[in-house]
Amino acid sequence: MLAGEGGSAAFARFVQTMNAITPVLETRDLTIRFGGHVAVNAVSCAFRPGTLTAIVGPNGAGKTTYFNLISGQLPATAGRVLVKGEDVTRLSASARTRRGLGRAFQLTNLFPNLTVFENVRLAVQARVGAGLDLFTLWSDRRDLIAAADVILERVRLTDKRETMVSALPHGDQRKLEVALLIALEPEVFMFDEPTAGMSLDEVPTILDIIRELKADRSKTILLVEHKMDVVRSLAERIIVLHNGALVADGAPTEVMASKIVREAYLGQELDDE
Amino acid sequence: MLARILSRDYPRSRPLTLVLVLILFGLAFAPFVFTGSQPLNVAAKICVFVLLVAAYDLLLGYTGIVSFAHTMFFGIGGYGAAIALARLGPTWEALGLGIVSALVVAGLLALVIGLFSLRVRAIFFAMITLAVASAFAVLASQLSGFTGGEDGLNYQIPEVLRPAFRLLENPVLGTNVNGRIITYYLVFFVALAAFLVMLRIVNSPFGRVLQAIRENDFRAEALGYPVVVYRSIASVVSAVMAALAGIVLALWLRYTGPDTTLSFSIMIDVLLMVVIGGMGTLYGAVIGATLMIIAENYLQVLMGRLGEVSKGVPLLSALFSADRWLLWLGILFILSVYFFPEGVVGKLRALALGRRTETSAGER
Repeated sequence: MLAGEGGSAAFARFVQTMNAITPVLETRDLTIRFGGHVAVNAVSCAFRPGTLTAIVGPNGAGKTTYFNLISGQLPATAGRVLVKGEDVTRLSASARTRRGLGRAFQLTNLFPNLTVFENVRLAVQARVGAGLDLFTLWSDRRDLIAAADVILERVRLTDKRETMVSALPHGDQRKLEVALLIALEPEVFMFDEPTAGMSLDEVPTILDIIRELKADRSKTILLVEHKMDVVRSLAERIIVLHNGALVADGAPTEVMASKIVREAYLGQELDDE
Repeated sequence: MLARILSRDYPRSRPLTLVLVLILFGLAFAPFVFTGSQPLNVAAKICVFVLLVAAYDLLLGYTGIVSFAHTMFFGIGGYGAAIALARLGPTWEALGLGIVSALVVAGLLALVIGLFSLRVRAIFFAMITLAVASAFAVLASQLSGFTGGEDGLNYQIPEVLRPAFRLLENPVLGTNVNGRIITYYLVFFVALAAFLVMLRIVNSPFGRVLQAIRENDFRAEALGYPVVVYRSIASVVSAVMAALAGIVLALWLRYTGPDTTLSFSIMIDVLLMVVIGGMGTLYGAVIGATLMIIAENYLQVLMGRLGEVSKGVPLLSALFSADRWLLWLGILFILSVYFFPEGVVGKLRALALGRRTETSAGER
């Protein structure tokens, strides 16, 4: 059933080379409690450049909460988040973004009464750090405008440039969500179910973008995804969260074969094949 | 050139442009067009309130911050100039000292309030500003040795600005160019310049971030914009501009008291002017301030005239009596907010936009 490519041996070699490179992002015993409920439970994991890691797990496993702890939308109860060796656990979300963590949201989270173009331009402007300029005209920053237009072209939203985001169909809002993330040019890309709710013909646009990012071996990509075919076609590594704990970590073939994962989450889908 | 001055932020509606140009020329030539002191008083008040309301719109309309401390900063400006002139005498040095200290105090106070409380939810921030502003008003009335208490302060202004001062021997267009007119133009040009500076700020990269924060502060933070810093800078700019408005008002009135600057009814007026003009459009401040101040000053006269005409008709004469002007002002507010929830400017722009899309659809 699992292609005989010597999964575990290849992965062992891969792990060896990867360990030589310092992790861009690392969580150590990262934990958050909501009252008595432990949503993320002592997750330790390192992410190195040039890898796409898929984070899978059943609904309520804590995947999005784990993302929120990493990117700073939620404060950790315990544990640490390190970016390039620097402890960012106490830093605000904006400070983490400026240190190279880029985040796209699962529930579309945009600027509703601004145009599609302005949404992207704001992200470009955030990246170059031009926001504290009070006296230049925004329309004189041609560099920002041009950069935003390139990104709109890339996610195929150029024809919707002047549309208000509130009037945009759901699929286009998802594309714009991805556009904001790539406009930030982060070192770590965090995609939270980027294709959720998209129509089938729109999905390839997003997957192509993720593939392009992956081809640039300097980027670190974290991907929360439910669709197993997407995970299989993109991921070099899978980590599995279950009830807030990290229960498996390894090469896709290895993880999908492991008993705990099949029981916890993947069983059904593997049986279907 | 015009594009630079207006920061490429045009009225974007022909009727709006016409009205704005009329207001601009009316204010620019008020001393020569109108006779008597009342119209000039109204014109100066419009200038002051355009500045004050535009500064408030920077907070409310652009950044989405609800603050009730705006008149406090207005008062800091007024009292800063007033105390300096009353204590140190009517010299330019005293005035300069008053201006600088008022602007610095306003800016610092806004920064402190901002950094301490702009992290909390909008409603709590509004409550905090209300508390601080009330405390400030009480302080101003209690420290009567310093502020004149409830009576306020009367003072002299530098000689060039006094009515007795004559700039030219002969009248220009039938008007004597005296210190009063010089003061008027001081008020006018300060308001105009400050308005254009704010127009530039809202169209700068910074101003764009403010609008992003208004739309979705959570996402603005996630993009890497430290929201508290941006909000604090916006409230400092707004406070300094409000203080500037207070300073020019103090020069115009030669009197500063709680009722001219700190009173809560002024805060309500400012809120109404922003809403009627159109939130998030600085031109709305011009429209809102002009409409309201003209209504406040002339509605009573108009009602009096109507009362005269309708004398004898039982119900109408009672309704149109001059004493009922506040009732009509209230009805005007309700109607304008009901029919133009996006304000006069928002409505006019939407109409212009609708017409433009219609014609382009027709061409196709």
